[in-house]
Amino acid sequence: MGAGAGQAVAGQQDAAQTVIAARGLDLTFETGDGPVHALKGVTLDIRKGDFVSFIGPSGCGKTTLLRCIAALEEPTGGSLTVNGMSPDAARRARAYGYVFQAAGLFPWRTIGRNVSLPLEIMGYGRAEIRERVARVLALVDLAGFEKKYPWQLSGGMQQRASIARALAFDADILLMDEPFGALDEIVRDHLNEQLLQLWARTDKTIGFVTHSIPEAVYLSTRIVVMSPRPGRITDVIDSPLPRERPLDIRDTPEFLEVAHRVREGLRAGHAYDD
Amino acid sequence: MRHRVLPVLAVVAALVVVWYGAAVWLNAAWAQDRAARAGVELGLVELVADTWAQDKPKLPAPHQVAEEIWRTTAGQKITSRRSLLHHSWVTLSATLLGFAFGTALGIGLAVGIVHSRVMDMSVMPWVIASQTIPILAIAPMIIVVLNAVGISGLLPKAMISMYLSFFPVVVGMVKGLRSPGLMQLDQMKTWNASPAQTFWRLRLPASVPYLFASMKVAIAASLVGAIVGELPTGAVAGLGARLLAGSYYGQTIQIWSALFMAAALAALLVALIGALQRVVLRRMGMG
Repeated sequence: MGAGAGQAVAGQQDAAQTVIAARGLDLTFETGDGPVHALKGVTLDIRKGDFVSFIGPSGCGKTTLLRCIAALEEPTGGSLTVNGMSPDAARRARAYGYVFQAAGLFPWRTIGRNVSLPLEIMGYGRAEIRERVARVLALVDLAGFEKKYPWQLSGGMQQRASIARALAFDADILLMDEPFGALDEIVRDHLNEQLLQLWARTDKTIGFVTHSIPEAVYLSTRIVVMSPRPGRITDVIDSPLPRERPLDIRDTPEFLEVAHRVREGLRAGHAYDD
Repeated sequence: MRHRVLPVLAVVAALVVVWYGAAVWLNAAWAQDRAARAGVELGLVELVADTWAQDKPKLPAPHQVAEEIWRTTAGQKITSRRSLLHHSWVTLSATLLGFAFGTALGIGLAVGIVHSRVMDMSVMPWVIASQTIPILAIAPMIIVVLNAVGISGLLPKAMISMYLSFFPVVVGMVKGLRSPGLMQLDQMKTWNASPAQTFWRLRLPASVPYLFASMKVAIAASLVGAIVGELPTGAVAGLGARLLAGSYYGQTIQIWSALFMAAALAALLVALIGALQRVVLRRMGMG
């Protein structure tokens, strides 16, 4: 009995470490031109505190995988758990914050009221909402912009506000779908740096979809390289870079080596396709 | 300011000139007729002067219409049955009541149509079919049926206004309530928002600009409905009654003055909705 209990405890610890677990995940869309295999046989574990980037050409299923985790898409095969629950149960338990490609702020709400929107929906009290909005806006460097309307802010500031909104309700998981894709290189560098600091301060598990190799390598502890038709994982790279990352780490040989491996993985995926 | 006023005045002046010309052209025959019977020969100046001053001209001149409007508004007590303002108020009250009903009905139907596929498929065809029936045909029916159940006066006219005004509101609000994109709806889903929360916090505020656009069309339609509703009631009161009475007795000046009053009323109502729209959208931060 003692050995059995020990195993159970070990199993629980393992489950506590693994936040997102996918086993042989399939997703096939039925279209007029026949089935499209958006995901095929995707197996992946994401551990607590990981910063995982999904990278690959369009159509490789990286966004679809993120949407499956968020229960915005329903897999057609395999198993997927989030916090040990089904993705839909995790969604209903508000396990994650999701940042979309566009900021998607409501134009009729001020920045403060946009950030408070999920909190209102989740039924937080007024005082708590005020306190949380102030806290997350400070976290993304937007303190003092509470009363401004979205159109009064730049694209980068709007995206930061949308990140604040995803952080406001203390979900352990942050899912980000090309959040900086529409921004220029300079703003993007700045936001990447801020995102890393934020991740270090909050200890969240982050799933991050991108098609930029430098962005993926700079941000991630693990990089998942994917390729299309059918959408699948071709390589998973554990980054040797330290968690503390100044921007100029991108000129170090270690960084370039990881970037090279990502590029190789992407190329291999394409070769397979031809 | 001046460079905007000038073109507007130029267009108005051109219209007035054309109007005076048309009055000469259309009324000349009658003037010649009368002159011939009286055995008088009309010179050009006399002819033109006569065509602009007839009692029952085919087309009254602008100053005749203006005089009539002035006489029946400023020149009469507002409670008098000869006061055009009194008749305007009768029509306006039916218009506003019908517009309120129509807007409420339109919003209600749109909410149902957006949230229920069954309603979308079953109600929408009837909504469209309702507008293919000529209002002139159905207005007397509504008056007769409502009279038979003991409802008369303001309400039957308001019903006809509602009948015309709910349609643009349904169409506009369905579009407005459906205007949030897939991403915004997904966003609400990630927060596990209930359908009611999605409605009040996303769909409804997103539809406000659409609502005002449709209300501008609806209030004008509502005025037309109220005027049409006054025709089969036996020309008791209202701008519609003035139109009908005018056409019975060949009082073209009275018809034209009622028409201008109706047009001014419509312009005023649409402008009011526009002002309300600016205030509301500015308060919502979207102005």
